[in-house]
Amino acid sequence: MSAVRGGTAGGSRGGRFAQFIDWVDERFPLTAMMKEHVTEYYAAKNFNAWYVFGVLALLVLILQVVTGIYLTMSYKPSAEDAFASVEYIMRDVEWGWLIRYMHSTGASAFFIVVYLHMFRALMYGSYKSPRELLWIIGMLIYVALMAQAFTGYLLPWGQMSYWGAQVIVSLFGAVPVVGDALVEWIRGDYFISDITLNRFFALHVIAVPLALMILAVVHILALHTTGSLNPDGIEIKKYKGPDGIPLDGVAFHPFHTAKDLVAIIVFAIAFCAVIFFAPEMGGYFLEHANFEPANMLKTPEHIAPVWYFTPFYAILRAVPSKGWGAFLMAMAIVFLFLLPWLDRCKVKSIRYRGWTYKVALAVFVVSFLALGFLGLKPASTGYVYAARFFGVLYFAFFLLMPWYTAREKTKPVPERVVYHGHH
Amino acid sequence: MNRSLHPGLAAVAGLLACLVLGTASAAGAGGGLHDAANNDIGNLPSLQRGAGNFVNYCMGCHSAKYVRYNQLVRDLQIPEELVVKNLMFAAVKPTETMEIAMHPEDAQRWFGLMPPDLSLIARSKGPDYLYNFLRSFYLDPSRFTGVNNLNLPGASMPHVLAELQGTQQAIFREAEVNGTVQHVFDRFEQVTPGTMTAAEYDEFVRDTVNFLDYIGEPVKQKRQSLGILVMAFLLVFLVLAWLLKREVWRDVR
Repeated sequence: MSAVRGGTAGGSRGGRFAQFIDWVDERFPLTAMMKEHVTEYYAAKNFNAWYVFGVLALLVLILQVVTGIYLTMSYKPSAEDAFASVEYIMRDVEWGWLIRYMHSTGASAFFIVVYLHMFRALMYGSYKSPRELLWIIGMLIYVALMAQAFTGYLLPWGQMSYWGAQVIVSLFGAVPVVGDALVEWIRGDYFISDITLNRFFALHVIAVPLALMILAVVHILALHTTGSLNPDGIEIKKYKGPDGIPLDGVAFHPFHTAKDLVAIIVFAIAFCAVIFFAPEMGGYFLEHANFEPANMLKTPEHIAPVWYFTPFYAILRAVPSKGWGAFLMAMAIVFLFLLPWLDRCKVKSIRYRGWTYKVALAVFVVSFLALGFLGLKPASTGYVYAARFFGVLYFAFFLLMPWYTAREKTKPVPERVVYHGHH
Repeated sequence: MNRSLHPGLAAVAGLLACLVLGTASAAGAGGGLHDAANNDIGNLPSLQRGAGNFVNYCMGCHSAKYVRYNQLVRDLQIPEELVVKNLMFAAVKPTETMEIAMHPEDAQRWFGLMPPDLSLIARSKGPDYLYNFLRSFYLDPSRFTGVNNLNLPGASMPHVLAELQGTQQAIFREAEVNGTVQHVFDRFEQVTPGTMTAAEYDEFVRDTVNFLDYIGEPVKQKRQSLGILVMAFLLVFLVLAWLLKREVWRDVR
């Protein structure tokens, strides 16, 4: 054959496939992109298990999009038919039950991996300079995820869908001056109705997922600009070999992908255990009351949002005034955005930080979990006081941060990452 | 590495403390029956009896509008002729769902509300609740049905199964709950006998609840048995992935 042999790395084997890749590369930077983001993206070799949750979050996002597309084929977004169409999916659509459980479990799984991903950032200082934008984009993903979960939860049109939406939408009424108008604008009606369901459907199946996908791409682009940090909090780009490759880095593919595959299967085992053996997860992933169709004349005795919102719900209920409760609830998320500037400590990783930050982070995590637990419980006096206690601790973590991080007694940070090779 | 796990461990400890706190305060609730249904959706004869009970005693007022008759043919292994002859009083074709003929306006006039559809009642209330509910009707002349229910005070449902269970009286005693004296349920006393003994009636209710549990999620058994195969596959895949990872990382120092 007289064809020109490919000059790219992938084309060294020659042949028709390499020719095809060459043809594409002249028109689209395929090989260059693969190199930049996959085969020649170098990340530290000392990643531990906390570094798998980004990949898992991406996996769950894809899972939610795919299962969501299939659900949309049989779901009917109307107050009259929504509940029945979900039961139709569960009973009459081939494998509909599996797709629905994947989607409903996926919602909770998304929050679990995202919360662990964020906790990893808090431990190893992944939000610190030069990764402030990366952190903010990630926080925007988190906010979009909350919007996605909230709009999605209305769609089955069960009792908790309806009354949960009622409670959350009414929170916007706490905004000064325009509150009531804002609530009406969100609902598109004077109460949660068929109109609300329709617009939430539109938001849930196109607007928010589109934003999520774009943000996820932007998040990865920002990550690949700064490079991934590692459990030692050291920039591996400081020490490069003569070939320009960081000495402590290994290529994303095949090294990190091989590790991530193990993580993905471990995740799949936990995920499938829920889908096949406990899809309701004791009422935490699918609330029992949501198996009753929405009834606007019958307020349930106890309205609880799904578990991933309960820390914020507990803060809301801990404050006697609804306006201030909603304000603090919003601030609980706003403060997270500000972390890169609240934390004054130069050392990134918790391995070399002082005891003050370790204690503060432990207190923060305990407060977050405790608030999450309290948000599930009825608002009895004891629980409200407990929520106030943990709410104060939650905010203290952020408000006192500039002080306790400025005078932290840190340990010397090693020049190169700590890694014990395999045997 | 170890040091970095401390906040995580502390968090787990905090959560455990919360759970202990929660269960301790939840244990105070009293009143009514709180027995376990102990039903088994793998027990076909029980499900078949339950289907009969449901059609004969419940379907006068309650539909199960998401359940198709032919699903019972498949899952409960009841021959189609038997389903058509003995279970389908309100339908023509086995592909139809278990609808009823009662008009909501009539129901409103007779009971004050439309009796709920029971397709998903076991998923929203749980089998244990249903098992206790159907066993805790007691005579109460102040109610328009002549009976009240310990597990749902003020229930609009008459005691449809009184013919089988007979009638019973609830005996209350005074007890101190959270510092105040309240009437709490002590025991039932039989007033008139039914056609069944107490043990037979419990069995009857258990079969019925078992059927309700099954129709709540007909795919449940298939889901669980498929789950075991999926888990087995994933475990094998995990070993292979682990070996691949070890091979790829062998020379990284």
